[in-house]
Amino acid sequence: MRAGLAGDEGAYARLLRELTPFLRTLARSGLARAGRSTAEAEDIVQDVLIAIHTRRSSWIPTEPLVPWVRAILKHKLIDFLRRRGTVGHIDIDSFAEVIAAPTEEPGIATRDVVKLAENLPSGQKAVIRAMFVDGHNTQETATALKMSEGAVRVSLHRGLAGLAKMLRGSI
Amino acid sequence: MKTDDLISALSRDARRTGPSVHGRLALALGVGAVAAFALLVATIGIRPDIAAASRTMLFDLKILLVATLAVAAVALVRAAARPEADLPKAVLLVPALLVLFGIGHEVATQLPAALPMRLVGKNWGVCLVAIPLLGALPLAAILTAMSAAAPRNATLAGALSGLAAGAIAATFYGLHCTDDSPLFVATWYSIAIAMLAAAGAAIGRRVLAW
Repeated sequence: MRAGLAGDEGAYARLLRELTPFLRTLARSGLARAGRSTAEAEDIVQDVLIAIHTRRSSWIPTEPLVPWVRAILKHKLIDFLRRRGTVGHIDIDSFAEVIAAPTEEPGIATRDVVKLAENLPSGQKAVIRAMFVDGHNTQETATALKMSEGAVRVSLHRGLAGLAKMLRGSI
Repeated sequence: MKTDDLISALSRDARRTGPSVHGRLALALGVGAVAAFALLVATIGIRPDIAAASRTMLFDLKILLVATLAVAAVALVRAAARPEADLPKAVLLVPALLVLFGIGHEVATQLPAALPMRLVGKNWGVCLVAIPLLGALPLAAILTAMSAAAPRNATLAGALSGLAAGAIAATFYGLHCTDDSPLFVATWYSIAIAMLAAAGAAIGRRVLAW
């Protein structure tokens, strides 16, 4: 995470990939505890990943990372359940042991974030689509859209912030 | 959408990270405090008898009270910015005990007939207008810094931001105000600071949610 905050893309991607199974386990047990289908766990995982990204400066580098990640997940899980009309107490500290993590995951959310991107300004939409759907990296996106790499990064950054905002209203 | 694609896209946005939220808060508090002090000096000014007043116990107690409240509120805001941190509520004990001590001292040393007059004072109208105005810029600065935060409760985080801005404004306003009675401070300063806390809560509810 420290390397990620300093701008090391590879280290940051590795961190997010390593966190994902942990998030998935917590999201599934949280949903199960609330008596809801675990099919929506991937939506929560993706929400949490976006929140980790957009709120990463709220992590203090001298503090342990895991409690911060758990707190982000708990916040998003409560938010999700509240929006779905499930009220109840969630004790995140004890449910990690309840359900073992499934080893293989499709990793596909039921809700399509890319569809939400339709509501973004056209430049940001094009960048999000090039990267999420076509799987281009920054350089390829810049070439395909005839933009500078810096402009692609700015559009991606704003687009992700916009998506994070829209996700709050969508679930 | 595949989670893996999302991670790839997020990691390509990795470069744009500013300072941590505590760094942003420190900057906001510095800028807000300087702005509030400059506004005080440029408008209503510091009381002319400041040198004599600073040697009186009640003036010192007043400044100490609002300054410790400001320090306590900043500690609470710093904790509220982090989703995993618990609020160190005990820090509020220091200003609370100072208020109780001040009121006790006032009741013990003043004639009962004089107490209502000391409570109402001379400047309560100015106090209720000046503290919210002096606190507006610090509040805006703190809320801007907090927009990078991940508070568990956005309304509470906003209210605490208002409390911090109000206590900072009250500390500077205390240098202008000639009412030093703890009864006056406990009443009117509290109302003025509560106005900022309420404004902070209303704004925080909208802008600090994530």
